Amino acid sequence: MSTLEIKDLHVSIETEQGVKPILKGVSLTINTGETHAIMGPNGSGKSTLAATIAGHPRYTVDSGSITLDGENVLEMTVDQRARAGLFLAMQYPVEIPGVTMTNFLRTAKTAIDGEAPKLRTWTKDVKAAMAQLRIEPEFAERNVNEGFSGGEKKRHEILQLELLKPKFAILDETDSGLDVDALKVVSEGVNRSIEDGGLGTLLITHYTRILRYIKPQFVHVFVDGSIAEQGGPELADRLEDEGYDRYQVAESATA
Amino acid sequence: MTELTEEKTTGGKTWSQGFIKGMNEEGEQLSEINPETGPLGGSAAKAHSHGGDSHGGGVGVPDSSRAGRLTSYKMADFPLITGREEEWRFTPLKRMRGLDRVGVKGQELSGPAPVVEVSKPDGVTVETVGRDDSRIGKAGIPEDRVAAAAWENFTEATVVTLSAEFVGNAENVTTLTLTGQGDVPAAAHIVVHAKKFATGVVVLDHRGSAVLSENIEILVEDGANLTVVSIQDWNDDTVHASAQHILVGRDAKVKHVVVNLGGNLLRTTPAARYSGTGAEVEMYGLYFADAGQHLEQRLFVDHSTKNCKSRVTYKGALQGDGAHAVWIGDVLIRKQAEGTDTYEMNRNLILTQGARADSVPNLEIETGMIEGAGHASATGRFDDEQLFYLQARGIAEDVARRLVVRGFLNEVIQHIKVPALEERLRDAVERELAATPQ
Repeated sequence: MSTLEIKDLHVSIETEQGVKPILKGVSLTINTGETHAIMGPNGSGKSTLAATIAGHPRYTVDSGSITLDGENVLEMTVDQRARAGLFLAMQYPVEIPGVTMTNFLRTAKTAIDGEAPKLRTWTKDVKAAMAQLRIEPEFAERNVNEGFSGGEKKRHEILQLELLKPKFAILDETDSGLDVDALKVVSEGVNRSIEDGGLGTLLITHYTRILRYIKPQFVHVFVDGSIAEQGGPELADRLEDEGYDRYQVAESATA
Repeated sequence: MTELTEEKTTGGKTWSQGFIKGMNEEGEQLSEINPETGPLGGSAAKAHSHGGDSHGGGVGVPDSSRAGRLTSYKMADFPLITGREEEWRFTPLKRMRGLDRVGVKGQELSGPAPVVEVSKPDGVTVETVGRDDSRIGKAGIPEDRVAAAAWENFTEATVVTLSAEFVGNAENVTTLTLTGQGDVPAAAHIVVHAKKFATGVVVLDHRGSAVLSENIEILVEDGANLTVVSIQDWNDDTVHASAQHILVGRDAKVKHVVVNLGGNLLRTTPAARYSGTGAEVEMYGLYFADAGQHLEQRLFVDHSTKNCKSRVTYKGALQGDGAHAVWIGDVLIRKQAEGTDTYEMNRNLILTQGARADSVPNLEIETGMIEGAGHASATGRFDDEQLFYLQARGIAEDVARRLVVRGFLNEVIQHIKVPALEERLRDAVERELAATPQ
């Protein structure tokens, strides 16, 4: 079993107006097999937490720690973190012209595993995973995310999750911009990864809608850079009914 | 969709490393005449199309029109080059090693021309002829003093002829290996002539060391389908000006590929003209500028006949201090060229600080009765968001960088459709990348 531990994390970014603190003391522990939902209104710091765990250079960690089984994640480069078992499904996956999905997936798998995957089984695995996510086979020869719709990009994020088999998956608003059908397909993919075992999940979402398909054991409500409230799945139900109003922010969590 | 993500590098969600030395937010300033076609540095990337209906009746500005440029076989008809002219303003004349000053203070252009080695299939002839040969001068007229000097000074020309209805393909390529003979300024002349309905591929492979001014005539007769690939893989000390004149006949197709890799200063100026209707010109370019290299590509497509098509795709990567790439794409649609369909595109990928790319597309439209006309230009840094995405999948930074650059240039390489050549160019890109400062 693995543990991802975030302790009293303070994170800021540099803006034109100066340094702006975003996370103001976040502590969170995720173990293998657990699914945690992080919910909160826009601008509360949810995505900052995701990007900071992955090592996006825009974010500066001012204090606190992130450890993976005791190893200091903050000292690792972005690719070292991924190889250590952290996976971030991006909210806005970027297009990479000239690099085909096939080439990209194989390169990533080789990097994560430290050796090239066996060609025959790998091709079969990719095809099967694509079919389950209802991705047309032609996408294998298309350039990474190039010209993909929002829903297609998100499905490809989950494709990578299923193929790269990380220890911890951080899903940054994977549900946003998806219609109900796409949401189901994506949720099924996440659930497959969870059911395979060996995965801890941090599900970041603005809406409660995805929680009908992916069931968290823990719900944390983010407001203004820290956790305002946490509890079990019942907290998500309450948010669905009441929105974020009682945290005194003018936002709605209904979907 | 082939839009590149570097167009987004200054978008709201990306982070900035500070701008590239030598470039400002607006890129390089254009003349007032045509401000909307501005050269696009970093943040200013944009693309647009002019549909035939929405952009009817545009008229070129006479004194700036590309149509008005002087052409002559005689060097003396051209004024001395000062460096302030539109067509010379980017070129570091001091590094031309005399090619720009032929006829001034005893500067000659009398060095030995590159030695030509030939590999060819049956059905293609390659001859060395004198300068009075009747096949010379059919495809174009020099448009600048350097090209005119070369025209006046070459002693022998190499004429490549694809016989009528010759059936060539990617396997039976004609290759001329042109090996430079040192640093005495020299002139060279090459004619590539595809007769009626001939198809085939001709590669002009420039190597060695040279200070060379060259005219290449590419004559494509009616119904022919010719691919010409001009590779400049010179030694580091080479200065090379190459004027490439393309004339395309009725219903003919030409694919013209420029690959600029090695040399101190390369100035390649392909110009395509049409002698009949229904012809198609594809122009591809690939360049990789390293520290101290000046690689300049100036294109002209002159649509003067009806129902012709042109596509221009040039992509370049730049790295190292003083690496400079220039791309100028002039397209003129003359009044009588109804039914024209044209699109030109230039992309630059800047890998390190200290490199500079200038990119200027110019489109002059004198008739509204066209199928379409558009251009796109973008110059971007290696995109930090792309790097982050790849690294977040476990791929180390240097591998990620190579993956992206390889992919970026591969978009041009894969259009060449000559497997042996594609492989060689991929290897060349790998070599350039191996020298990428990390």
